[in-house]
Amino acid sequence: MVTYILQRLGLALLTILAISVVSFVIIQLPPGDFVDTYITNLAASGSAVRAEEAAALRIQYGLDQPIWVQYWKWLSRVATGDFGMSMEWGRPVLEVIGDRLWLTIVISIAAILVTWGIALPIGIYSAVRQYSIPDYVFTLIGFVGLAVPNFLLALIIMYFGFKLFDLNIGGLFSAEYQLAPWSWGKIWDLTKHLPLPAVILALAGTAQLIRIMRANLLDELRRPYVTTARARGLPEWRVIMKYPVRAALNPFASTIGYLLPFVVSGSIVVSLVLSLPTVGPLLLRSLIAQDMFLAGTIVLLLGVLTVIGTFISDLILMWIDPRIRAGMHG
Amino acid sequence: MGEPILSVRDLETFFRPDEGIVRAVDGASFDLYPGRTLGIVGESGCGKSVTARSILRIVDHPGKVERGEALLRRGDGRIVDLVAIDAKSAEMRDIRGGEIGYVFQEPMSSLSSFHTIGNQVVEAIRLHRAVSAKEARDRAIELLQLVGIPRPEQRVDSYSFELSGGLRQRVMIALALAAEPRILIADEPTTALDVTTQAQILELIRKIQADRNLAVILITHDMGVIAEMADSVSVMYLGKVVESGPVDTIFHAPRHPYTQALLRSIPSVLAEPRSRLTTIAGSIPHPYARPPGCPFHPRCQNFMPGTCDRSAPPVTRLDPEHEVRCFLYEAPAEAVA
Ligand SMILES: Nc1ncnc2c1ncn2[C@@H]1O[C@H](COP(=O)(O)OP(=O)(O)O)[C@@H](O)[C@H]1O
Ligand code: SF4
Ligand SMILES: [Mg+2]
Repeated sequence: MVTYILQRLGLALLTILAISVVSFVIIQLPPGDFVDTYITNLAASGSAVRAEEAAALRIQYGLDQPIWVQYWKWLSRVATGDFGMSMEWGRPVLEVIGDRLWLTIVISIAAILVTWGIALPIGIYSAVRQYSIPDYVFTLIGFVGLAVPNFLLALIIMYFGFKLFDLNIGGLFSAEYQLAPWSWGKIWDLTKHLPLPAVILALAGTAQLIRIMRANLLDELRRPYVTTARARGLPEWRVIMKYPVRAALNPFASTIGYLLPFVVSGSIVVSLVLSLPTVGPLLLRSLIAQDMFLAGTIVLLLGVLTVIGTFISDLILMWIDPRIRAGMHG
Repeated sequence: MGEPILSVRDLETFFRPDEGIVRAVDGASFDLYPGRTLGIVGESGCGKSVTARSILRIVDHPGKVERGEALLRRGDGRIVDLVAIDAKSAEMRDIRGGEIGYVFQEPMSSLSSFHTIGNQVVEAIRLHRAVSAKEARDRAIELLQLVGIPRPEQRVDSYSFELSGGLRQRVMIALALAAEPRILIADEPTTALDVTTQAQILELIRKIQADRNLAVILITHDMGVIAEMADSVSVMYLGKVVESGPVDTIFHAPRHPYTQALLRSIPSVLAEPRSRLTTIAGSIPHPYARPPGCPFHPRCQNFMPGTCDRSAPPVTRLDPEHEVRCFLYEAPAEAVA
């Protein structure tokens, strides 16, 4: 068991290293180096930089050294929490990202929980009552849900919320908490604002998840252990919930890790529409502005979070799946 | 022999998928007595499993028990028709496991790999007996001991995939016996096992049967297993019982051409008790394309054109315990019910 966990941990560290290389490459992508961009920016605002000053900056950032030395220096700085300056905002990258990273995680987890909360029961129902009228209805709604873009849904809900209930649905905070420091009041404010965007984001994955759960469960329902459970006199709903549903849920544990980047990239447009303070829109904007330290940092942080998520899924899978536990002994 | 504990009459179970209709069980009749073993034998696909599942009313969708009766004499002396009662009723669930235990062919896939074997045996016990979790666990360990599982106190917490095929089938037997049923249905209990293990499992079933006066339905495609285990035999072909009688009669005076062919396909019953049935001429027709008349006629050596392909042969009673479904033995009109 310990070797298994160590193995996974080693793999996770390697992956993080690979992600750091990718982030570094992203930072290096625009033509010229950081100082060139800096000079151009300053020139645009009217002030010129003297050549000596530029050279000093280059040495300070190690830009005169081979690329792998630069990478190493960058990595060392990142390890101490110095992610560099955001070109566009003129502030440290971490300050620009601020709470956005945590809010992204919170809203993604909320969206995932809502997705599961809606999709799994419907998937179970659709499989158990295959070809029943509700099964067809759910299938139809599911496909419509797949076809309608989420941002459109977000716009429609905002429109009706405003029109009918005079609700202003955008954002995650009320105006008075927008810039306030964290407090219980702010957390409560967030809790109140969370459900709607979570539901809208959740609907993206829901239809697909219903199909997966339905298919998984249909597969399991045909298996002999279900008949065996029936043959010992177990009531039908207990047969289904204890055995095939348990087996059909198992694969979901392994997807937890991948859900975060999926939700983040899938949510950029919705986040823009609903003006959610998540990293998605920030990433988009930094890429457009070629604000490379910001973009690279966001990619790095999301990547690391995904690796951590995957590691957690591995642990969960190990915890819930006896076959994996057994495989680790022998 | 006394009164039968289970009496099946003219049982019909059909599958109606979109493509047509499969008469998986098409008029099966037999009687089962306490302490005795009824062997049901026939080639794969002839409806043995569906017959057994029809009795417990656990036929897979889109299968449905259409007609007939299955009269079970319950522990309290009442007689209930398993075909007539609601498959979802509490009484039917009480009978499943409580009165009739079922051992399945596939010991691997018939157990959940997410639950320990103890969890499943305890569940089977507590479904039918009001005992505490602790008592049920002790009983489960006793049961595992009874079916010959070494170190049952430890095995009770293992998972099915940690056991060998033979041990798994022993767990299945323990599971079927958990609530002390009076009938045990063993559906090809040894087909997935090697020869040595087969013999051990059959021996185990025989021993438990003697200890508990169990009535056993043993389903197999293996005449050798029948010869070793059965008191009486029902030979099935395409959903019908084509011949039935005491085991000696079936082996020494078989009347139906299909039974004769089954026996001929074993080189020597005594020399090689576990040979497979492989060498009957022709193959089993596709389930959707049942031959008209006697369903065996395309493969029958005694086929009588104009008779056997016109109508289905009736059941003829050759003596009180020996029945055959074939035109060769058709009784005078008034004797046919
Ligand atoms: N779930 C099912 N759907 C459709 N047909 C089935 C199903 N289960 C069994 N059958 C049909 O019922 C017939 C009898 O099957 P079965 O009782 O399993 O045979 P045996 O146990 O004698 O090998 C076969 O022709 C098979 O095609
Ligand atoms: S009825 Fe005819 S075809 Fe059928 S088994 Fe008898 S002789 Fe053969
Ligand atoms: Mg079978």
